[in-house]
Amino acid sequence: MVRGRRLLLVAAVVAIVAAACGGGGSELQAKADACKVDEVDGDLSLYNWSEYIDPELVEKFKATYGVEVTETFFESNESMLAQVEAGGAVYDLVVPSDYMVDIMRQEGLLVKLNREAIPNLANLDPKFTNLPFDPGNEYSAPYLWGTTGIGFSYDVVDDAADLTWGLIFDPELSAPFAGKISLLDDEREVFAAALKYLGYSVNSKDEKELQEATELLKAAKDRVATFTSDSFEDLLVAGEVVIAHGWNGDFFSAFDEADAWEELGYGIPKEGGVAWVDNMAIPTTAEHVCTAQTFINFILDPENGAQLAEWNYYASPNAKANELIDPEMLSDPAVYPPPEVFEKLEFLEDLGDFATKYADAFTEVKS
Amino acid sequence: MSRRAGTSKNADRVLSLHGLVVFAFLYVPIGLLVFFSFSDSASLNVWGGWSLRWYRRMFDNGPLLTSIRNSVVVALVSTVVSTVLGTAAAIALERYRRWLGKRTFDALLYLPVIIPDVTMGVMLLMWFTTIGWRLSLTTIILSHIAFNISFVAIVVRARLAGLDPALEEAAMDLYADRWRAFRRVTLPLIAPGIAGGALLALTLSLDDVVITSLVQGPGSTTLPVFVFGLIKRQVTPEINAVSTVMLVASIVLVFGSLAFQRRKSDSVQ
Repeated sequence: MVRGRRLLLVAAVVAIVAAACGGGGSELQAKADACKVDEVDGDLSLYNWSEYIDPELVEKFKATYGVEVTETFFESNESMLAQVEAGGAVYDLVVPSDYMVDIMRQEGLLVKLNREAIPNLANLDPKFTNLPFDPGNEYSAPYLWGTTGIGFSYDVVDDAADLTWGLIFDPELSAPFAGKISLLDDEREVFAAALKYLGYSVNSKDEKELQEATELLKAAKDRVATFTSDSFEDLLVAGEVVIAHGWNGDFFSAFDEADAWEELGYGIPKEGGVAWVDNMAIPTTAEHVCTAQTFINFILDPENGAQLAEWNYYASPNAKANELIDPEMLSDPAVYPPPEVFEKLEFLEDLGDFATKYADAFTEVKS
Repeated sequence: MSRRAGTSKNADRVLSLHGLVVFAFLYVPIGLLVFFSFSDSASLNVWGGWSLRWYRRMFDNGPLLTSIRNSVVVALVSTVVSTVLGTAAAIALERYRRWLGKRTFDALLYLPVIIPDVTMGVMLLMWFTTIGWRLSLTTIILSHIAFNISFVAIVVRARLAGLDPALEEAAMDLYADRWRAFRRVTLPLIAPGIAGGALLALTLSLDDVVITSLVQGPGSTTLPVFVFGLIKRQVTPEINAVSTVMLVASIVLVFGSLAFQRRKSDSVQ
């Protein structure tokens, strides 16, 4: 989700590495295609975000299948990509974000999933089985998902249903809390908010629309206290901002711990927002492809999927798991947006070369 | 006369005020970090009453403890090795006037200081995979040694440059061989520079995220990479607790080495 260093790293890595990788992919694919349900062919090397899985689930997997699990953690999709591209380490399973699945898939860095070895793929909510970054879930299975919206104080907004991006971009609406607004420090997310307010797609490749969004952001910048991707929830809890642009999961754990559900809320503005999905995929650095597929199947099990979602307080893409999730969490529109809101969500897609234009425009806005 | 004394008094006051402000700037954030590690609230800046829950959680968190252990191993090994190699490089460049490739070596030594971390990380990653090495804790240690040598060499060299070569020549005039002159004269005189370089290396190693995240292998995630990887979750005062423990450990280390040095210099006298 942190895309700040993304362009620099991707550019550097892709340019240098492109020639270096090769071979072995088809052999691995054949191995994956031959795996059976619940088959394990060695220990699992799991490459994930820090504290993104309930440790009890890891223990349960170890006990059930009699294998060891080595956990390694990455702090950005890009460093994970670089490592997989270079291929110097065995990682059997990675958890990339949506746009990164697209990049890895197109560069031939992922092994196709063997659907026969992962029968629990059938448990997935159909809304998550045909997303633009991996049509038909050929290479990846969704892990958890969430949204980007606005965290707010009930002092300034009465009801999450009234939320609009105008609270940030409309000069009149936002005037009362000028200097008490925070935006994510992330070019795609910030432009997504502005583009949605203007009624455009968050994946716009139109220079005129991007220009319009840039002007809008420049005009709003005076009212923005800070651009931050890691402390927006704390600023909101501390009352230093009253409108915070950010990711739902971060807000919830902050509200929970501060016991601030009465004073603070989260919602998706009526113009729509961004949805993100993190996914499980098997990179070409894998050695134990059967264990990896068994692990995917294990996470897609309804009970385990529900445990994973509840532990993280992020929504599960698993329809069968959702039947088991605490009804209170399930009815929380901030975690599980109702269908009419879901329709207005968009996934951030990889924009190829056009992405540099966003980066440049963001630099222009911030300077 | 009295006017001049007045101005210097004012200047004194301004200077000590400035000193205080600088110290506050450096230490207030650290104080706050320690303070909030004892907070019962999960927020980094909202006080929730005294509690040790974050320390308890830290000691229950397996992956976090592994990352601390990895960080400590990497920092200690890379500091020791890079201090020895960096000091040797500094002496070679400063004390031996002419040797083949000296200028090239001189220029290359500064490269890791100048080039961005990302570039250095990608280069090291490519190097390890090209020679067919599996990424692991060892590759992290080698990478940290690679960038730390330069920093140590720069610090030690600055100290050496301010040292009169006549002192060593005098030692050798008095029949000390090269090794003795180095051991008895040069080394004690540049020791503060070496200690400074070593502390710098230790800090840089404990801090590094970008290079480490590129050259780490299965199970070898270090503490800073683990902390930055927490973006999927709220960052809690558990991190403050970890930092406080590391802080106490480094204070003990620094005071320990100071006390050791003092005792040694006392015994010499």
